[in-house]
Amino acid sequence: MLLCSLLLASCASNTARASSPASTTYIENKGSDTMVNFALAWAERYQALRPDVRISVTGGGSGTGIAALLNGTVDLANASRRIKDEEIATAQAKGIQPLEHVIARDAIAVIVNANNPVSELTLQQIADIYSGKITNWKELGGEDRPIVKLSRETNSGTHVYFLETVLRLGRSDDKTLFATNTLLLPSSEGIVAEVRHNPNAIGYDGLGYVPHDVKMIAIAKEAGGEYVLPSIETVNDKRYPIARDLYIYTNGEPTGIVKEYLDWILSAEAQEIVAKLGFVPVE
Amino acid sequence: MTRFFARNRHTVQRLGFTLITLVAVMTVIPIVGVIIFIVYQGGPAISTEFITGFPYDGMRSGGILPAIIGTLYLTIGTAVFSVPLGIAAAIYLSEYAKDNQATRLIRLAIINLAGIPSVVYGLFGLGLFVLFLKFGTSILAASLTLSIMTLPVIISTSEEALRAVPQSFRTVSISLGATRWQTIRRIVLKEALPGILTGVILGLERAAGETAPILFTGAAFFLPRLPGSPFDATMALPYHLFVISTQVPEMPIQIQYGTALVLLVFVLTMNVIATIIRSRARARRQW
Amino acid sequence: MEKSLNWREFIITRAIKASGYSAIVFVLLIFFFLLRESLPTLTRVETSSLLGTRWYPIEDYFGILPLITGSLVVTLGAALIAIPFGIGTAVYISEIAPRWMREILKPLVELLGGLPSVVLGFLGILVVSPFLRVFLDLPTGLTAFTGSLLLGGIAVPTVVSVAEDALDSVPRAYREGAWALGATKWQTIWRVTLPAAKSGVLTAIMLGIGRAIGETMTVMMVTGNAPVLATTLGSLFSPVRTMTATIAAEMGEVATGSTHYHVLFFIGIVLFLISLIVNVIASSVVFRAKKRAERILS
Repeated sequence: MLLCSLLLASCASNTARASSPASTTYIENKGSDTMVNFALAWAERYQALRPDVRISVTGGGSGTGIAALLNGTVDLANASRRIKDEEIATAQAKGIQPLEHVIARDAIAVIVNANNPVSELTLQQIADIYSGKITNWKELGGEDRPIVKLSRETNSGTHVYFLETVLRLGRSDDKTLFATNTLLLPSSEGIVAEVRHNPNAIGYDGLGYVPHDVKMIAIAKEAGGEYVLPSIETVNDKRYPIARDLYIYTNGEPTGIVKEYLDWILSAEAQEIVAKLGFVPVE
Repeated sequence: MTRFFARNRHTVQRLGFTLITLVAVMTVIPIVGVIIFIVYQGGPAISTEFITGFPYDGMRSGGILPAIIGTLYLTIGTAVFSVPLGIAAAIYLSEYAKDNQATRLIRLAIINLAGIPSVVYGLFGLGLFVLFLKFGTSILAASLTLSIMTLPVIISTSEEALRAVPQSFRTVSISLGATRWQTIRRIVLKEALPGILTGVILGLERAAGETAPILFTGAAFFLPRLPGSPFDATMALPYHLFVISTQVPEMPIQIQYGTALVLLVFVLTMNVIATIIRSRARARRQW
Repeated sequence: MEKSLNWREFIITRAIKASGYSAIVFVLLIFFFLLRESLPTLTRVETSSLLGTRWYPIEDYFGILPLITGSLVVTLGAALIAIPFGIGTAVYISEIAPRWMREILKPLVELLGGLPSVVLGFLGILVVSPFLRVFLDLPTGLTAFTGSLLLGGIAVPTVVSVAEDALDSVPRAYREGAWALGATKWQTIWRVTLPAAKSGVLTAIMLGIGRAIGETMTVMMVTGNAPVLATTLGSLFSPVRTMTATIAAEMGEVATGSTHYHVLFFIGIVLFLISLIVNVIASSVVFRAKKRAERILS
C-alpha cells in the first residue's frame, strides 16, 4: 500500500492541481467563517452567470484562509481581520505577496438572550465582562445571574478583531486577554444557538448572523456617549464603534478568471447580495 | 451470621436482578429514543429532491446529494485500501504466525492502532498524505487516512472468523495434498467469509461516520459539482451535518435533522446488513 | 505446473507475511511522524511555558495543562457512566436475560456503537445541553458533564460487547459448580462468573476509556471549549477544553511549520502516548491474568 502511495505521489506532484493559480476555470476560495455564507452566495450567483467557472468555498476561519494562501493552495483567501505582520513575513519568505482587497464591511453585534433586561452597554463594560472583571448581570442592572461569555475560536478573524478592538480598546500595547472561562465555540451559529435559549449568555457575532429572536445591545463608545445599534447606516456613518472591513487576499495582482471574479465581487450586483445577507456593502 | 445471610440472599438476588435490569433498560432506552427522535424530526425533510438534489441558497434548500455521493466515494476508497491489506494480515496472524515475541508485537500494534484517537489520525493524514506526499485535500488522502484507522477492526474480526474454522478442515485438506495457500484460499477463507464480511462492513460503517479524520484531509464545505477524480476534495455526510448544524445561519432545523437521518440510515443499514450476515452464517454453520 | 504453483505460492505467502507486519509499520510510521512534527516544540517553547495554565496560542501562550485536565475530567466522567452501565448491561444480557431478549439486545447495543459522533454532538447542542442547563440549574449546558454523558453513551457499546463476550466464554461448569454448592444466581454472578471473566471485563473497560479519551466531534460541539484548568469536582459541571477538540478546532488555521503547528502535533503525540500506555497496561493485565488462570487450571 505504501508503494502504491509513493507511486501516486509522483503522479500527484505532476497533476495540475485545481488550486494552482495558473488554472483558469476552477477558483479555490477559503477562509473566514464570517464571510463563508456570502462567499457561497456569490459563488452560486457567479456560477449561474458563468457556467464555465467553478468555485469551491470552504470556511475554517480567517487564519485558515491566510495559512492556505501562504501554503499556495487557494486563489482567494477570505479574512475578517487584517493579515498579521508575522504572516506577511512568512509569506514573503515563501515568495508570496499578499494583496489586500476590501470587499465588504461588517458590524460586530453583541447579542444577549431576548429576555435579558439589559439593553445598553459601553465598550468598557463589554471589555470588563469578557476579561472577567464583571461576572454577574446584576452588576449591569440586570437580573442576578452569572454571565456566560461566548466567543469564537482563536482562529477566527472575528475573535482577533474583538480582542483588539473591544477587550484592548484599540490599544496596541494592552495585553488583556479573554477570561479563561470564556466558551470558545467553533462557529458563529453555535454562539447564536446558545444565546437563543440561555438567559445568562452574552456573545458577539457578525451582523449577518444575528437572527430576529435574539437581542442586540446598543453600544456607546464611552460612558455618557450615544448608544447605537448596529445597522448598515450606523456602520457607514461610523457611529457604531465596532465595525470592520472584510478582506480578500490574493497572491499579488490577480489575473484571468480570478480577476474577473474579484471585479464582479465589487460590482453592484454582488454588493446587493452582501446587503441582503445582513452585511454592509462597500460603495 | 450465616443464617441471616441465607434467609436474605434471595431478597438480595431479587433486588440485584431488578437493579441490573433497570441498568440495562436505561442503557437501551436512549438508543431507541435517539433513533426514533431523529426519524420523527428528520422524516418530513426526506424527499426525492432531498436525496438526489444539490444544495442551493447557501445550502438552506435543495438536497444533499454531493454529501451522500462523497461519503460513498470515501467508503469505497477506504475499502479499496483496508480490505485486502486487513484480510491478508488476518490470514497471516491466523494461519502462519507462530506464538512468539514478534507476533505479540503485531497484536500490540493492532490494539494500539485501534486506540489512537480519530483526530490524531487526521493529524497524521494531514502531515503524511496531504502535505508530505502532496496529495492535497483529496478523496485519496482522506481514504488512506480512514483505511489505516479501519485496519485494526478488519484485522481482528477477520482473524476471529478465520480462527473459528475448525482445524480439522485444514488438516483434511493438507492430507489430501493441497498446499497451504490452496487450503486457505479454497477452504478456510470460504468458510470464514461471512465473519470476515461482517467485520469489514462494521469497519466501513465506522469509517463512513467519522468526521475528525477527514476534517483536514478531504472534506469541503461546499463544492459546486461532484468530485471528478481522487485528487478532488469532497463533501461528506458527517462533515456536512457538522457544518450545517454549526456554521450556517438560518439553516432550517428540518434540513439538519434530515441530514442526520440520512447519515443514520446510511450507517445503520450497514450495521443491520452485517448483523443479518452474521446470524444467517451462524445458523447455516456446519460445525 | 508444480513449479509455477510453488512460485506463486511463494509470492503470496511473502505478501501475506508482509501484510501481517504492516500493523507494526503503521504504528511506527504514525509515531515517528508525530514525533518529527512535534519535537520542534521542545526547542521553540520553554517547558515551563508548556506546563503553564494559559492556553492562548495566538498570543504565544502554550500552556497545555488546562487541555490535559479537560480531557481527563471528561474521560473520568464518561468512565463513571460507561462502566456501571456497560458492565451492568453486559451482565444482564449474558446472565439474566432470556435467550430471545439476548438476540434483540446485543444487536441493539451494537447499533448505538455505530452512531456517528457528530450525530450525538448535534443532538447534544440541540437537546441535551439546554435540558441539562435547566435540569441542573447550571449557568450553561455546555459543560464537561454534557460531554461525559454523550461520551459514556459512545463508550457503553464497546464495554458491553467485549464484557459480554468475556462473560459468555466463562465455562458453564463454573456456574453449575457454584449452583451445586447452593449459591444463588446473583451470588454466582458476582463471586464466580465476573471474577473469572476479570481479564475480559478489564479489557472492555480499558477499550471503553480509550474510546472516550479519543472522541473529538462530540466534545468539540458540547463542552464549551473553554481552556479552564479543572481543579475541583465542580469542574465537571463547567465548560472545559479537551486536547482532541483543540486539535480539531485549531489545526485548520495554522501555517505549516509555525510554532502553533508544532505544538498541536505535540498535543497529538501526548494523546498517542496516553492511549499507548492505556493499551499496554490493559494487555499486560490480560496477559498476567491469563498466566494466572493457566496456573490455576493446570
